[in-house]
Amino acid sequence: MTDYLAARRSADTLELRLRGEWRALRLKEIGAELTALDLTGVRRLVIATQDLALLDLSSAWRLREFIATAERVGAAVSFSGARPERLQILDDALARVAFQHPGAPAHESHIEPVTALGRHVVIMARDARAGLAFLGRVALTALAAAASPRRLRPIAIARHVYDTGVTAIPIVALIAFLISVIIAFLSAQQLQKFGAEIFVVDLVTIGVLRELGVLLTAIILAGRSGSAFAAEIGAMCLNEEVDALYATGADPFELLVLPRILGLMIALPLLTVIADVIGLAGGALLCRFLLDIPLTQYLHRVSESIGPMTFWVGVLKAPVFAVLIGLAGVYRGLQVRDSSRELGRLTTVAVVQSIFVVILADALFAVLFMEIGI
Amino acid sequence: MTPPAPVILEVRRIVNRFGGQVVHDGLDMQVYAQDVFGIVGASGAGKSVLLRTILGLQHPQSGAVLIGGRNLAQLSDAELRAVKADYGATFQAGALYSALTVLENVQFPMIEHLQLPAEARAELAMLKIRLVGLPADTAGKYPSQLSGGMVKRAALARALALDPQLLFLDEPTSGLDPISAAAFDGLLQQLHQQLRLTVVMITHDLDTIFRTCNRVGVIVDRRMEVDTLARIVDHPHPWIQAYFHGERARAREERDGA
Repeated sequence: MTDYLAARRSADTLELRLRGEWRALRLKEIGAELTALDLTGVRRLVIATQDLALLDLSSAWRLREFIATAERVGAAVSFSGARPERLQILDDALARVAFQHPGAPAHESHIEPVTALGRHVVIMARDARAGLAFLGRVALTALAAAASPRRLRPIAIARHVYDTGVTAIPIVALIAFLISVIIAFLSAQQLQKFGAEIFVVDLVTIGVLRELGVLLTAIILAGRSGSAFAAEIGAMCLNEEVDALYATGADPFELLVLPRILGLMIALPLLTVIADVIGLAGGALLCRFLLDIPLTQYLHRVSESIGPMTFWVGVLKAPVFAVLIGLAGVYRGLQVRDSSRELGRLTTVAVVQSIFVVILADALFAVLFMEIGI
Repeated sequence: MTPPAPVILEVRRIVNRFGGQVVHDGLDMQVYAQDVFGIVGASGAGKSVLLRTILGLQHPQSGAVLIGGRNLAQLSDAELRAVKADYGATFQAGALYSALTVLENVQFPMIEHLQLPAEARAELAMLKIRLVGLPADTAGKYPSQLSGGMVKRAALARALALDPQLLFLDEPTSGLDPISAAAFDGLLQQLHQQLRLTVVMITHDLDTIFRTCNRVGVIVDRRMEVDTLARIVDHPHPWIQAYFHGERARAREERDGA
């Protein structure tokens, strides 16, 4: 005697009285009770349904399976009382179409690595071509917009300068401050051994102005704005908003792509200047309190160590980084199709790629500046 | 009239307010077992808000929702989970999980609520897919590959995954061509009869109402007028008159009369 059935065995007859509510949520228990039944030697299976309060479709399916098992071992199945109509519904539904499990394709090649490699190459080639086409369209749109400034969408650009620039000031300033303090501290520890503390100022100045100010700002913006671009445009793609723009004859490149990239191109150099200033201030603070270099001496040393191009080398890199970050974010956003998972994947790709290209570009700049001797 | 069936869903004096805008002001509604209950109202009258309130997605300022005689606001999380497994819902745009195939979508509630071996789950899910009249090869497709009508059917299959007694449908035939909409109505009627479901649906479609609903609730003046379909059409309220006897309704009567 269990919750869902009572079984009585006499000789070769098994009588099952079903009872209670058979519902999908109790399928596990029902299944356990049915499998626990011993069907060996059963010639006749009688199922009584008078006490059954409810039999939903899922549990009817389980009962049907059980009946099929009983018939396989050679039992004749009959019902005392009505045969549940849910079983009939199932018979009808299952008879309509044969069961097809949509599983993996049957054919599995044994040259799998080769196929995978080939597929990968084809995908990469297509990706590269699509990327090139995207670059071309952005360039064309930019040229067209330059010809008629109204199409530059100044209000949209202003919004993106605010979103990517103004709201990023606190985090950029904080990071610039901390990084310059760390550099000053580390170099002070080493240089004190030679009594050359004053060169800490040179290190901070050149390090922050030439490299770290702009690089860190770019990386922060890649994480902040590159991801925002990809997610925002990606969600618009999913929502068919981009299609709606095309349909109204508006160019998404003019409305969505260009303002973002131009906004970032304005914001990133300005943020770099802020990062430079805060970085130098951080260095000054550490020199004053750790190395007892007074502010006037610090400033004097800064102006001595600074070359004519030191500041400009950093700031000139900023718009280039901005273009790279903006392109990566927008491009990946526009690639989003079909599903929310794609949105997440491509946002990640956008951030990873924009950080990668920024660092790559920085390395190329370093080589370039070395060659032309700045 | 048939003897009264037990009340399966009850909404008691619901008040919903957004800022200064009052959407529902003491709205009452009762759904009896095996009703096909149509919720009707002007755009912006608060049909979807009502459904969201019933589904527990939105907390009313006052009033209560009772499903199977139990006040949802007073249930523990575990009890609420059990109640939620007992009803199915479809949303206006389908709300299929875009990253999952149709088969995985239908299996999803089963994974959450039933402990079943994977093959049994797949087979049950296929059964539901077939039950709503989708061809078997839709099972492996993603929502973005389906037509509007198929999305509605797939959403229905997912709502039916746990064999609920109560089904909520938000505009099940909106956006479908008349033939697909009629086919969907037929499917709904068939499921209602076969599975003895109680259905609560929001709809604008007069054809759907006349083909499937036995009782109708009309949201007017922030409350609900509930009656049988045969009697509600004679309700004196001007909006209800306009709705059931307006231009579109006349066109429908002429068409069906001819």
